[in-house]
Amino acid sequence: MVRLDGVALHYQVGRRRGPEALRDLAFRIEEGGFRWLRGPSGAGKTSLLRLLHLTVRPTGGRLVVFGTDIGAATRAELPALRQRIGMVFQDFRLLPHLTAFDNVALPLRIAGRPEGQIRADVTEMLRWVGLARRSGARPAELSGGEQQRVAIARAVVGRPSLLLADEPTGNLDDAQAERLMLLLKEMNRLGATVVVATHNAGLVARHPGPSLVLEQGRLVGDA
Amino acid sequence: MRERRHARLRHARFDDLGLRRALGDRMLPLLVAAMTFLAGLALAGSAAAAALVRHWQEGAAAALTVQVPTPADPAPAAGATRLDAVLAALRASPGIAEARALSAEELASLLRPWLGGAAGDPALPLPAVIAAHVTQGWADLTALRARLAAAAPGTLVESHGVWVGRLALLARSLQACAWLVLALVAGVATAVVAVATRAGLAARRDAIEIVHGLGATDRYIAVRFARRATLLAGLGGVLGLLAALPVLVALATLVAPFAGPPSAATLPPVLLAGLPALPLAAAAIGFVTAQVTVRRWLRRLP
Repeated sequence: MVRLDGVALHYQVGRRRGPEALRDLAFRIEEGGFRWLRGPSGAGKTSLLRLLHLTVRPTGGRLVVFGTDIGAATRAELPALRQRIGMVFQDFRLLPHLTAFDNVALPLRIAGRPEGQIRADVTEMLRWVGLARRSGARPAELSGGEQQRVAIARAVVGRPSLLLADEPTGNLDDAQAERLMLLLKEMNRLGATVVVATHNAGLVARHPGPSLVLEQGRLVGDA
Repeated sequence: MRERRHARLRHARFDDLGLRRALGDRMLPLLVAAMTFLAGLALAGSAAAAALVRHWQEGAAAALTVQVPTPADPAPAAGATRLDAVLAALRASPGIAEARALSAEELASLLRPWLGGAAGDPALPLPAVIAAHVTQGWADLTALRARLAAAAPGTLVESHGVWVGRLALLARSLQACAWLVLALVAGVATAVVAVATRAGLAARRDAIEIVHGLGATDRYIAVRFARRATLLAGLGGVLGLLAALPVLVALATLVAPFAGPPSAATLPPVLLAGLPALPLAAAAIGFVTAQVTVRRWLRRLP
């Protein structure tokens, strides 16, 4: 499902090559696998998630997602792969001019699903995250926790094969965080590969599972 | 069925990138309207120049004036006056469609502005004047001059084609300028749409990155910009055309006396056919420019 062999990532600073965000990463995640992604701030967790989300390409090594070598793939090949990936961003990344309903519906519309199916799926998903009555609200009218739940609904509504989450419980209370973990585990049980970046040691302790541990852009633990 | 169609329509109009605000409906249509207005004037200038060339070439350029001094004297060939000899030679010449000697009254009428009442004095030693029309494509003036001089020495042949040719060259230059203006206007319209599209891209950069991350293709994003730019440019084209029409009708009325009979005070058919194409051309420029601009911009994303 996901394979990294000696993967490195440099960000560009203007035309210059910036500092190395990730280096010499090598690990595999099998289909239907689950990984916590842990490490201190600045360790490279978000960069690794961006790599797995295919919004940046590796600047070294080999990254294979869904059997496709991402470094060698053409631009035209990537959108179809991205449609199979759900991502919960730390900063939600909702479109401010769209309602909660339309934000959640966005990946389905991009994938070209029929509007009737979109309506049913999005309504069900909003009900599941407890926002059925807020479907017409725009992000500015929602609390941080509500925006987080919209972002989660958007990430899972298309039943992705690979689900990535960057600090998904950061704006949720304990009850909501537990509810989210149940959702992620259910997605994992149904066959999705799940990678969750978190600082929340308590959450990891309550839901034990294999972890990838990053420090200064290097993988220091895979167990 | 109806619900499904409604759903499809909603899908097609869904403004996920917020382009109704990012590509506003004021500045771009107004600028394109100004470009269309100028294009309409340039098109009219080109059509008018073409009409003038055609009118002059069909009229004055096809005419010859032949002056025969001492027309009543005997011609070198026995048995005819000089006038008759010239008329006979003219009518026998290839390319001459018609030749007619002006009457004494017509000559007096032509001279009256200069000579006043004396124009009709039969004692005036006036040459005979023959008005001739040539067929289209005729150009053998030198041979005709030689033939007429042989029939009646001293005969003058004046072709209107020389100055009409110069005027036609001038008109064709004006036509070329009009096409150049059209090309410039199209270029400026392209630049205006490109700048507006780039501004829209900058304003919606976050939204574009989000939908790109959700799996949107370049086509998905470019089509949304192109659809909006096409609508706004087409709207500007229609506004510019509506603004240009009264001006063009007024100009056509002014030009009509020079271009044809009084009934020709309407827009020429070529212009009537070309003007509706302007909003379509504006819309096409909007579509193509937005597509190219967005697709080029998207290359910076992986």
